[in-house]
Amino acid sequence: MSAAGALDHAQSLPKTFIAAAVAAVLLALAPFVLRPFDTMSLTYGLIMAIAALGFNLLLGYTGLLSFGHSAYFGVGAYTVAFMVKYLKIASLELFILGALIGSILVSALFGVVCVRYTRIFFGILTLALSQVLWSLAFKFFWVTGGTDGLRVPTPTLLGRVLAAGEDKVTFLTHGYYYYVLAVFFLALGVMWVIVNSPFGKALQAIRDNETRAAFVGVQIWRYRWVAFVVSGAYTGLAGALWVPLNGLTTPDILHWQFSGEIVFMTVLGGFRIFVGPVIGAVVFNYLKTYAVGYTVYWQMLLGVVLVTLVLTLPTGIAGALGRWVPRLRRAVP
Amino acid sequence: MTLLAATGLVKQFGEFRAVDNVDFAVRQGEVLALIGSNGAGKTTLVNLISGLFRPDGGLIRFQSVDVTHQTAYQRIKAGIARSFQIVNLFDQLSCLDNVALAIFSRDGKTRRLASLADRDPVVWQEAREVLDQFGLLPKAPMLAGSISQGERKLLDVAVAYALRPKLLFLDEPTSGVSTREKAPIMDIISSIVRSGKITAVIIEHDMDIVFRYSERIVVMHQGTVLADGTPDEIRRNESVTTTLIGTSPG
Repeated sequence: MSAAGALDHAQSLPKTFIAAAVAAVLLALAPFVLRPFDTMSLTYGLIMAIAALGFNLLLGYTGLLSFGHSAYFGVGAYTVAFMVKYLKIASLELFILGALIGSILVSALFGVVCVRYTRIFFGILTLALSQVLWSLAFKFFWVTGGTDGLRVPTPTLLGRVLAAGEDKVTFLTHGYYYYVLAVFFLALGVMWVIVNSPFGKALQAIRDNETRAAFVGVQIWRYRWVAFVVSGAYTGLAGALWVPLNGLTTPDILHWQFSGEIVFMTVLGGFRIFVGPVIGAVVFNYLKTYAVGYTVYWQMLLGVVLVTLVLTLPTGIAGALGRWVPRLRRAVP
Repeated sequence: MTLLAATGLVKQFGEFRAVDNVDFAVRQGEVLALIGSNGAGKTTLVNLISGLFRPDGGLIRFQSVDVTHQTAYQRIKAGIARSFQIVNLFDQLSCLDNVALAIFSRDGKTRRLASLADRDPVVWQEAREVLDQFGLLPKAPMLAGSISQGERKLLDVAVAYALRPKLLFLDEPTSGVSTREKAPIMDIISSIVRSGKITAVIIEHDMDIVFRYSERIVVMHQGTVLADGTPDEIRRNESVTTTLIGTSPG
């Protein structure tokens, strides 16, 4: 929370809700304004925003930089794929439930190992553990499909199946989009409450000064672990929403490079600001989508664009907007 | 009545014995000063008692309960709190948030994920009252990292005080502040400690402060207790004068 957070919060609460309502209306209109391709890109962006929000509970609020969040995203996605392949389940609600259980179990286990360490040791441990899952997905191909991956067909939404003759693109850019949008806002609201709760304050205290936090009675290890599990659950949820949209899951999403993308979108958006990771995820997703379509050297192009953005916007896009908007307001009489 | 009793405490760093078989007791309600030259083992002793370090030997009993192997968290819950020689605050949080966090933690509310911290007026009211007691209320919305060194020292003590401890260790509460600021800081701390009937141990180098604000003085030298007595007794103690000042009063 900001310096005067506690004092000003009561006054800023209505503004927060107004901003969220405006964003919700604009996002709700998107399928009617944007091309289907752009709506689908936005859906990917919103899903990655959920992952980035979870990731930022660790980076922005607890001061822990994880390089292994691909693990929980992958667990969410593979749990869904396994539910389809082995249990013949098609319900997205059950997918979400299964992915949450799977990602909570894995992050709880990995968290026990990781949260005892900080800084580079924490980062390396999270990366190493995610690579273990990647190699399992890669090697146990008779279970995971190996590099071919596992296909996930269009799921049912609240019991509603894709009608005969209904176009899949229409389904994904309308029904599925609104489902993702609803889950996104729910996740956003829950995370907002968490970071503004006494627990969230304790996390910020740990981030700022671990020794002092311990000497006001905060049990560092336990709080970090809970934050780690919540973060993992968010990323797992994103994985569960991502895989029906993508239609396929492969070991790529468990690789550390995918963790790097989650780190990058969070930093790009601004990890010191609550909505920073959301903005970063949507922008990164569009940049990547258009870079891939523009040139075969898309990684290089994307790299140059992203390095330029980070150098020119050190506090992220959200941080820069936070500075520019008041200036613009003052400039416009 | 003895509130804290440490017997035979030992702490070794490699070959160096920082605390060497120390017996140390604090009586309920007293304000005790722990003095000694640099490297005498004062801060190490406090670190052992507060739970920052694990002792290599000895026993620590607080309110007749053995706390030797308890964690810092358990000792805080038992009623032992401390401030730090080098100010230890949450610099990116406001002064009000620093104190409020201690209150949330004390009341076990930091475990709550599903309620807004700002919707707990009782905590914020108490946090403002604590800041007011320390003369820091005007600084409430400012970042802890942005206030002066003297104010940071006070805030450091205020955060520990907000835990409502039974025993409060104040590790050099006036170090790093100007001579002019020392007395006002100690006046505030002393009045709060005495009005709150808190047992306090002050580690200090400034002898004017030690003799003015404490009822009993324990002198440490090279990891051991050199002397223990009232300010008058310590003033007259020849070995203390020789050790601390380097000359005999005679």
